Amino acid sequence: MIFSNFFHKMASPKHFYRIAGRLIPWLAGACLLLVLAGLYYGLLVAPPDYQQGDSYRIMFIHVPAAWMSLFIYVVMAGAGAIGLIWRIKLAEVITISSAPVGASFTFLALVTGSIWGKPMWGTWWVWDARLTSELILLFLYLGVIALHSAIEDRRMAARAVAILALVGVINIPIIHYSVEWWNTLHQGPTVTKFDKPSIHLSMLIPLLLMAVAFKLYYVFVVLMRARCEVLERERNTVWVRELAEEK
Amino acid sequence: MNLNEFLHMGGYAFYVWTSYGIALLVLVVNIILPARQRTKILANIARKARRARSES
Repeated sequence: MIFSNFFHKMASPKHFYRIAGRLIPWLAGACLLLVLAGLYYGLLVAPPDYQQGDSYRIMFIHVPAAWMSLFIYVVMAGAGAIGLIWRIKLAEVITISSAPVGASFTFLALVTGSIWGKPMWGTWWVWDARLTSELILLFLYLGVIALHSAIEDRRMAARAVAILALVGVINIPIIHYSVEWWNTLHQGPTVTKFDKPSIHLSMLIPLLLMAVAFKLYYVFVVLMRARCEVLERERNTVWVRELAEEK
Repeated sequence: MNLNEFLHMGGYAFYVWTSYGIALLVLVVNIILPARQRTKILANIARKARRARSES
């Protein structure tokens, strides 16, 4: 009963706005602590790699950013589906608010990968399956952002964006399995495989710390964006006007 | 390990610090943009409400 009441309240834009506003500083604080711990273990404690030297430390950003690029896309498309089927406004808000954060992580995954690739592979870029499909992911995110800004009516825009996001989901398994399906220059999975991860604990700890930090980062930044979107959508309501005039 | 050694990153200083720098920049910008946008939206709504009142 309390549980369903909670969801009912969260679905109301006013309560969502308020609760999100309270959560953001805590999530941001926790994220900052995890980032600092991740940087400490990643840059100072973890030893240099026996083959890659210190260049592998780029992986502490590259790998979590790449994970986030996929994770956020799935959340975005999932929220898009919920918005399409049940017409839940908040789901639409989450869909569109996720796109810029997802695009940012995809961009980071591509750029840091490229910067690591130059000294390690001897090239900034190759058109192998993993890199190409990740680049397509960036274009999908940018497409979602462009489509949303091209349609005036916010609910109509949300529906169009959800459909585009859902069609693009096909790219997610392609990215994930690209290193197995095709002969890529990009290496296969190190951590997410069923037998023991082939990575030493001293390197796994900062990787996981950064991964959790990035997850928290996504949650609080998407909440910040969602609050803006809620204000825009509710700009003609009494509570938003009162809120605006308080300031 | 001394500071110079740390900054040197075993010869990969340029690659490592460029990566971390870009990441920091992108992550910070993503926080600043919605924070500024929210103040802008609220100011905008307040201005319109005041104008509507003074007209009526």
